[in-house]
Amino acid sequence: MAIRIKPVRVAAVLAAALLAAAGCSSPTASTSGTDNAATLVVATAGEPDTLNPVLNYGVDGASLIFDGLVARDVRNELVPALARELPTVSADGKTVTARLREGVLFHDGSPLTAPDVVFTYQAVLDPAVDSTLRSDLDMLASVTAPDPATVVFTLKYAYAPFLQRLALGIVPAKAFAGQDVNKAAFNRKPVGTGPYRVTSWTPGDRLVLAANEKYWGGEPANSGVVVAFVADDNVRAQRMRAGEFDAAELAPKLASGFESRNGYRVHKVPTADYRGVMLPMGNPVTGDLAIRTALNAAVDRQAMVTGVLGGAGEPAFGPVPPTSPYADPSVAGEPAADTAAATAVLDAAGWKPGPDGIRVKDGRPAAFTLMYPATDSLRKELALAVTADAKKVGITVTPEGLTWDAITPRMKNDALIMGYGTPYDPDFVSYKLFSSAFAGQGFFNPGSYRSAVTDAALQKGRDSADPAARKAAYATFQQQLAADVPWVFLTYLQHTYVLKDTVTGVTPRVEPHEHDVANSVWWNVHTWTKKS
Amino acid sequence: MTAPATGRRRLAGAGAVVRRRLLVAVPVLAATSMGMFALGAASPIDPAQQYAGAAAFTTSEENLAQIRANWGVDDPLPVQYARWIGNLLRGDLGWSTSRHEPVTSVLAARAGWTLLLVGTALALVLVASVLLGTLAAYRRGGWFDRALRSVAYAVQSMPVFWIGLAAIAVFALSLGWLPAGGLTDITATGTDPFDVARHLVLPVTVLAISQAPWFVLFVRDAVAESLRDDHVLAARARGLPGRVVLFGHALRTALLPFLTLVGTHLPELVGGAVLVETVFSLPGLGAVTVEAALGADFPLLAATTLATTVVVLTANLLTDLAYAAADPRVRLDD
Repeated sequence: MAIRIKPVRVAAVLAAALLAAAGCSSPTASTSGTDNAATLVVATAGEPDTLNPVLNYGVDGASLIFDGLVARDVRNELVPALARELPTVSADGKTVTARLREGVLFHDGSPLTAPDVVFTYQAVLDPAVDSTLRSDLDMLASVTAPDPATVVFTLKYAYAPFLQRLALGIVPAKAFAGQDVNKAAFNRKPVGTGPYRVTSWTPGDRLVLAANEKYWGGEPANSGVVVAFVADDNVRAQRMRAGEFDAAELAPKLASGFESRNGYRVHKVPTADYRGVMLPMGNPVTGDLAIRTALNAAVDRQAMVTGVLGGAGEPAFGPVPPTSPYADPSVAGEPAADTAAATAVLDAAGWKPGPDGIRVKDGRPAAFTLMYPATDSLRKELALAVTADAKKVGITVTPEGLTWDAITPRMKNDALIMGYGTPYDPDFVSYKLFSSAFAGQGFFNPGSYRSAVTDAALQKGRDSADPAARKAAYATFQQQLAADVPWVFLTYLQHTYVLKDTVTGVTPRVEPHEHDVANSVWWNVHTWTKKS
Repeated sequence: MTAPATGRRRLAGAGAVVRRRLLVAVPVLAATSMGMFALGAASPIDPAQQYAGAAAFTTSEENLAQIRANWGVDDPLPVQYARWIGNLLRGDLGWSTSRHEPVTSVLAARAGWTLLLVGTALALVLVASVLLGTLAAYRRGGWFDRALRSVAYAVQSMPVFWIGLAAIAVFALSLGWLPAGGLTDITATGTDPFDVARHLVLPVTVLAISQAPWFVLFVRDAVAESLRDDHVLAARARGLPGRVVLFGHALRTALLPFLTLVGTHLPELVGGAVLVETVFSLPGLGAVTVEAALGADFPLLAATTLATTVVVLTANLLTDLAYAAADPRVRLDD
């Protein structure tokens, strides 16, 4: 008998041992005794890798835990944050001086001083630190603190949108004393000056934030925020339906299921995140302006927004989002396909339909390959839509889903569905994407687009401090792009969120591509309240 | 009354077997880890680009090269492997580039939950399959047997994540009996054992159900088979009650190959756990392993691979020891 029951006993012992093992490794228990009724629960797919701004957490502000020298308001316009007023720029544009707000405290009670700001920016510039932000701060030569309340940035060259780079969260220098920034415990248990302090973070599960009663911008209207990390869209939708979350980011089709549901509402938030077809100049077909112009007219952007994006998007005609003050409305075309215009351009350029309907010029068929990252279903559907639209005007597109390592070496010759965009300054992405100086450099201008007019306009926009001059420069830039068509811009995406009706104070603003804990619809969650 | 003494004698050679297995384990683990590194070298994925995420598209090549240099991932493979082994011998499993923390703390924070999930599900599968399989075999061809077999075939053909989502839809959304996911209540301030247990009911049951068909059908067939064995027929002929014949004689013989099945089925159970963790948003090893593979994070990947190898080797060893304890024909000392 003893032998017979052995397997069961072994299993029981095993299970007991496992229980004990799991018990030992339970995540940090929190000590806060906050009122749950006033705690907001939000859910998102994207989980940050670290909570250190130097290592790319919430670099565009709204990070809930940190503040930058400047912040952005509901229209994404700069407002002073840890700086007392917007930093001043010298006449030559190469010296930027920030005066710090007085009496700001970190979550551990220590005061914010200029050396903390200096430390933050020097850490980004330090080659030993694994920060990808260094690429964004190319222009920064040095940062110094002449006194405890003043920070001076010295630039290598005048850079008009520099203040936009000052939304980066400031970390306390003493938390890193004698430590490797890449591996510091701070990265998981950070200390900032923001409206919330971190109570606990269980990676893969949730981040628990408690209100910072001493927040310089006023005590948050709720007692805390829990950010749940649920990677799977369907699971997130089901848990939202079960009532676990006050707000959740959901794919458009899943979010639409909540529109008719009592007690919930759906917010569609515009973004600056565009998708388009990069057309390489090195390919004899896509290198022909007539083909590019015809494609630009032949694509049915409206159908893509309705069909592929489930209505959560807008047609795109250029890299400056229509919500930006720099957008030039004259480049916007028709959302629907204009097949007649496309055929007219092709006919005029000598691309004549062959026997199989495919156009031919000088013995070369109008055919090219369109690559897309195979794992990105949205880009795949856009590639298929482009293929179908191109066929209607006699251009054969062969869509090909690949991994990035297979795509990268082929970008000089094959078209690619790409996505970029930032709502903050037209210089940010476009300078590297469309300047001839960056032709053929990795993901910057992989199609080697070269235009002297575009180069000059981008440079003028970067150099000029005068907003009117910048606006004129970017209008020229957008018009030149519309004429040269190095990309066929397809759509701007919208982020969709489902919120409970009990939540008030929600004021969405235009979002960048990256939106997780930071910079989502809950960018101003410290002003939200919940009726219970 | 003689059972314990016999058991001890049967396990006489156990020490030697364990020692021999440990000797074999060392080259197996070395080969596994070398394989990991060789695959890593063949992988076209740039860990620095993965690390940068969306920022990779706006980060300059010098910036990425600097990060790769900081990590030493461009060093020749033997150098990287020697460095990794050296650190391993000092008890340092390395730095996870995808999780931004030491590999040991990733494992410490997550392995426990995966083990708990797999362990409890395994226990449940074993108990349930032995009970159900035996009952079905006893009334072979009866309505219970036929129903059980149909259900088993049906379940075997359903993907784990589908069962998981269906279970959430029924028990969490429609009936509201159990939470839909997570390890604790979303606003809980600690890990209360009862709260965790309540959250684990659905994932454990789903994992157990998805793995059970194999075991149930196996037990049913094995018991049915052994019910026709000579010693069982003899027991029955001696007029022993049905229950004693079934559990004391037939099941006992049938359980022997079952042990092997458990040992060989363990990796599949771990695979199922990865999916269940995803569906129920549990912070286990599953999600990080996938992330590590996608992010070319070899220190973490090597560590999870090694840990899995150790678990499988241990399970095989335990299976053999249990076999020796249960089957008088198996001797460990020859």
